[in-house]
Amino acid sequence: MGVAKYVKNEKGAIEEVIYQSGIRVKPVYTPQDLVEVGFDYEKDLGDPGQYPFTRSLHPQGYRSRAWTTRQYTGFGTSQETNKRFKMMIAHGQTGLNVAFDLPTQMGYDSDDPKVVGEVGRVGMAVDSLRDFEIAFADIPLDHIGSGLTINAVASIMLAMYQAVAEKSGYPKEKISATPQNDILKEMIGRGAWIYPVEDAVRLVGDSIEYSVKELPRCNPVSICGYHIRESGATPAQEIACAFEIAKAYMDNVIERGMAAEDFVGRFSFNFNVFGNLWEQIAKFRAARKLWAKMLREEYGIEDKKKLFLRGLFGGGGSGLTKDQPENNIMRGAFYALGAALSGAQTTALCSFDEAYTIPTPRAALLSLRTLEILMDEVGLRDTVDPLAGSYFIETLTKKMEEKILEEMKQIQEIGGMVHAVETGFIQRKVARQAYEYEKGVQDGKYIKVGVNKYADEVEDQTDVELHEYNEEWVDQQLSGLKELRRTRGDREVTRTLKELEKGTRAGKNVMPLLVDCCRAYATVGEMAGVFRDLFGEWEEPNLF
Amino acid sequence: MAEKKIKILVGKPGLDGHDRGAKVTALALRDAGMEVIYTGLHQTIEQIVRTAVQEAVDVIGLSIMSGAHLPICKKLQEMMKAEGIQDIPVAVGGVIPKRDIPKLNEMGIGGVFPGGTTFDDIIAGIQDLVS
Repeated sequence: MGVAKYVKNEKGAIEEVIYQSGIRVKPVYTPQDLVEVGFDYEKDLGDPGQYPFTRSLHPQGYRSRAWTTRQYTGFGTSQETNKRFKMMIAHGQTGLNVAFDLPTQMGYDSDDPKVVGEVGRVGMAVDSLRDFEIAFADIPLDHIGSGLTINAVASIMLAMYQAVAEKSGYPKEKISATPQNDILKEMIGRGAWIYPVEDAVRLVGDSIEYSVKELPRCNPVSICGYHIRESGATPAQEIACAFEIAKAYMDNVIERGMAAEDFVGRFSFNFNVFGNLWEQIAKFRAARKLWAKMLREEYGIEDKKKLFLRGLFGGGGSGLTKDQPENNIMRGAFYALGAALSGAQTTALCSFDEAYTIPTPRAALLSLRTLEILMDEVGLRDTVDPLAGSYFIETLTKKMEEKILEEMKQIQEIGGMVHAVETGFIQRKVARQAYEYEKGVQDGKYIKVGVNKYADEVEDQTDVELHEYNEEWVDQQLSGLKELRRTRGDREVTRTLKELEKGTRAGKNVMPLLVDCCRAYATVGEMAGVFRDLFGEWEEPNLF
Repeated sequence: MAEKKIKILVGKPGLDGHDRGAKVTALALRDAGMEVIYTGLHQTIEQIVRTAVQEAVDVIGLSIMSGAHLPICKKLQEMMKAEGIQDIPVAVGGVIPKRDIPKLNEMGIGGVFPGGTTFDDIIAGIQDLVS
């Protein structure tokens, strides 16, 4: 029965249902429940497209526009990635979601001695602008948007994206990139951090400020409750953490003298979809409302479009299982259904083989088809927010709102998100919850089909076709990098890196300097190295 | 007589930061009465081997989710030999395809616990390795 807690009586009937966020669910809901939670149509919902946007950001929802699909793609070399990009676009995908390998994510070149067997492994290897030139060759960057799944060095990748677009003849005003750029969530959940918290947040602030001034169609930060949830947070905590992280970035930019309304409309979010269906739907509806309310009431923002909780609701990796992997195809479909019923604007779906490896083309395509079936075949575009008015869903949405606010308050009380991350408060909490959850699955308290129930069939892993890691790609990447170091103009590289160092030290916005470095074919390791030398590296708080 | 408490290093070698598995396993091993030294993220093999020597651990456990388990384990075994601690048993968990398990065993990795292994099996496996 998934991630909620179910208490049954001796006859097997369900007596109690408690969702992860701590909400108890009753067997029957009636109009009386709406009275009890003080439900008010105008105040709590409003029409679709109207404040507080609980129902939808747009008056007609998917009627006017289906969701954008962005399967996470990228592996090996830039050549291989370019082929996969083109395949996904040919199959109807409307945006890219770029995966980078770990050396790139951690700001190391492919030939760095710290890199052991990781080149091109979990995403594409990027050492310099040359790799971007190949990866994005023949991709119309003026109308295909790209999510760049990178954080610690997101500023570098955003600069490189601008540089590659300009080289292909697309002016920077036309390009649409969404670097993930959420370093605080990396420190909580995904672990690809480099620099100390304050310096890392400054880089995020630099890219926000720069985007507002120079890149009108780029969304400089995508705040990821997603990974915090994957790390063990409840759905309410997922939203609460994301909003508190957003506030930390906003504070940084506001301190530079910018007004929240100048930039907050560019924030986007990334949230997870696995788990109990109803809890996810309530989570998304409550989140849209709370975000709009918070921006209006605390930050005085009036412009409607700047109150939108934009983002990608998708993924669901933690819900997938290694056992009976084909069940994950069904899970994915149900998670995507939840996203569609929540009015997700952009989506992507983890592929059924992701508990084994990065997806094969077949698995990635199946995920895309799942999303397309929902929109084109079974009726999710028919009417906006179809569950509105349900006694259950509206009560649950109100309760979810309360839970999210409670979690936010806890973070505020200990001094805000930067402090919560520096001290390890959040990390400890989610790790403990992840452990309790795993124990629950192993004890059979939380049912996972094919894992602790109906797990009798013999499973043979060879049924899953595995994505092959090609050692030749490493050689190809390394020889390309060698060639680059031999042929690029060293003087310009040295000059631009020196400027970057001086500017960083002087507290200037690093973005224009990074664009210059990229144009000169400075490597990711060289640019990230400038910051490493100046900032040092973060020391994780002791969690155990 | 109480058995000697097993001292285990739980490490995250390499650049991968997906540490949920490492953390929950560390908590499970601790609840099972072991003394757990958790290294934190982004450890080089050199750092892990150094910590193992300094802390005189009974067993080294690595969590690897990036797919780089073969090269990482190979390097670990070489470094352990160089330091003269090749007798310390090693266990590896994470995203590990079945077909790689014999390769890891051949390399001298005594315990391989792919994703989905229960805490009970990991605990028993570690106890086996040290006894």
